[in-house]
Amino acid sequence: MVVFSGDVLILANEIISRYPRRRSAMIPLLHLAQETEGFVSEGAMAEIAELVGTTAAEVLGTCSFYEMFKREPVGKYLVNICGTMSCQLLGADELIHHAEESLGIKVGATTDDGLFTLERAECQAACTEAPCLQVNYRHEYRVTSSQFDQLIGEIRGGSRAGEIPPHGTLGLTRQHIPSDKGVGAVAPEDVTGAPVWLPTEEQS
Amino acid sequence: MGGTAIPHAAGFVANDTPRIVTSRFDHEDGYTLERYEATGGYQGLRAALDRAPGDVHGEVRDATVLGRGGAGFPAGVKWGFMPGDVWPKYLVVNGDESEPGTYKDRLLMERDPHQLIEGCLIASYAVGLSQCFLYIRGEMAVAQERVANALNEAYAAGYVGKNILGTDFSVDIVLHWGAGAYVVGEETALIESLEGNRGMPRLKPPYFPAAIGLYGKPTIVNNVETLSNLPWIINNGAAAYKEIGTETSPGTRMVAVSGHVKRPGVFEIINGTTTFRDLIYGEDYCGGIRDDNDLKAFVPGGGSAPWFLPDQLDLPFEGSKIGPQGSMLGSGAIMVMDSTTDIPKAALSLTRFYAHESCGKCVPCREGGTWLEKILSRVVAGHGSKRDLHLLLEVGQSICPGNFPHASSERLGLDAVPFPYAMTTICFVGPSAFAPVHSALTLFPEEFAVRVSDDDPGTGLAGDRPSLSTSVPVELKGVGAGG
Repeated sequence: MVVFSGDVLILANEIISRYPRRRSAMIPLLHLAQETEGFVSEGAMAEIAELVGTTAAEVLGTCSFYEMFKREPVGKYLVNICGTMSCQLLGADELIHHAEESLGIKVGATTDDGLFTLERAECQAACTEAPCLQVNYRHEYRVTSSQFDQLIGEIRGGSRAGEIPPHGTLGLTRQHIPSDKGVGAVAPEDVTGAPVWLPTEEQS
Repeated sequence: MGGTAIPHAAGFVANDTPRIVTSRFDHEDGYTLERYEATGGYQGLRAALDRAPGDVHGEVRDATVLGRGGAGFPAGVKWGFMPGDVWPKYLVVNGDESEPGTYKDRLLMERDPHQLIEGCLIASYAVGLSQCFLYIRGEMAVAQERVANALNEAYAAGYVGKNILGTDFSVDIVLHWGAGAYVVGEETALIESLEGNRGMPRLKPPYFPAAIGLYGKPTIVNNVETLSNLPWIINNGAAAYKEIGTETSPGTRMVAVSGHVKRPGVFEIINGTTTFRDLIYGEDYCGGIRDDNDLKAFVPGGGSAPWFLPDQLDLPFEGSKIGPQGSMLGSGAIMVMDSTTDIPKAALSLTRFYAHESCGKCVPCREGGTWLEKILSRVVAGHGSKRDLHLLLEVGQSICPGNFPHASSERLGLDAVPFPYAMTTICFVGPSAFAPVHSALTLFPEEFAVRVSDDDPGTGLAGDRPSLSTSVPVELKGVGAGG
């Protein structure tokens, strides 16, 4: 399947055009590929290489560094339970253990129905609301064992569908820079002097 | 618009402190342009555009806004480090909040994104930055939505883009998503990531971003909270800002207090004078330790910071007072451990974090961090030996040679060793893997001593090592002096 075609390709080109160098669009395009296929496939990485002007190996090099890019399919809902200090002090280890029992899988695995992948994550910037977790990068706070079971039940039952998109979708609103309003990216070597609003005597 | 149905992220607790950056948190719709304009939004930008750029830079420098990302370096001074005649110059906003215990930038991005945008505009105008990249942590989906929506609103209203408000000031602000890597919060790693690479830090010097940054050009990297202060400062003036707090730490700052307190929360506090005792025990703040337990220890400045004891409760939020006492204020994140805390396990939760987040470039961090985690795991699981405890300190020496900072302890008769430490690594992820281990071992040696066996399963080196006992380990005092 060609990932970058139709609307996805149009969006990809829009994203690339925002940067002074095409290669900077690599991570946004990897996210776009993951949003389309649910994970980052080798084919998608090869397409991204063409789009930003590099090799597939370079794209793999960047992609493999970052935690969020899954190069194998994951469940529709990625459940990340934070295990770093503030959450650990307030029972994260017990919550993770309960999650394993409740879902019937170990950390790192996916349920047989393909719905949930469970992972132990690092600090999610919600430390006062410990223990916390994220489902597809949306937070749940002060999660008790029974609240965890309730959350899983709600997701299974479909009542969270509007709020939690499938894995790969990040912010539900995208930035769009209207062509008549945006300045437009300029390659660094094409900029010869100070921006016009700086008085010419200014040096800093 | 996506995000309206989502309730606000919990955690912020209002009090009587001047609300420099959190003023709109009282409004449900504080993140909309409508509310922003109705509450004085973009007035700072208008005022700045009426002044010379150098003037605006001067105001920010006078205000002494300390960087809120963890290093505490004054923003206006950092701006001044850029070479005068090298163009283009860029602004990269560090929205990659990932330091354990830290929770403030996400709140600012979700609840007052226009304030951040206005701060970016003021900075760009002041020092001639041609393009701004707003790097938001990948795992913060709602923050991305709110900021994307705010940027779309701001462009439509003419606050961002070409000829802002009819002047010749033009700048694009591009929202850029991160993808999950703590180390990318380090400013040079952030730039590497923005260039489409693995997020590996660069050596400073020569790669100070103000000199050689994004695409090799002068770049300002500022934290979200730092920039969020700018509208208020331009609207009210540096003098008004300096009336709050102390001379060296003016204004307010946001602090998250978490762990074993009665009421964990994110607060805007007066910089320079508020003490840890105020925050942990004050009725306006956390109201004491849960179940009225005793305080055992606390991390004063995010996961990288050496630990403090009840001995240090009366220290204020003033960098110059904290350093000599053996730690740092860092990212404004306090994690509180009460008397029920398993200290070795708590240290492991942090060391594991830094070991996992190592980018892999430096041997001492990549190998040392990994070994610190493995050895400490073994100790926590009950399979460690006394030699392992010395091994932990030895491994730490290869990351941070010499005396490692720590707090004073009346109980153990220890004097403080001042911050900062020496390091063999390019960035401080490696040292941060060691800091929790060192603090825990130095300040609570008895908790480790009871957990390890006397047997030394090693190579017969035991005879060369001083043995540890459950009484005050004299051998651990001055640890690191000579290795």
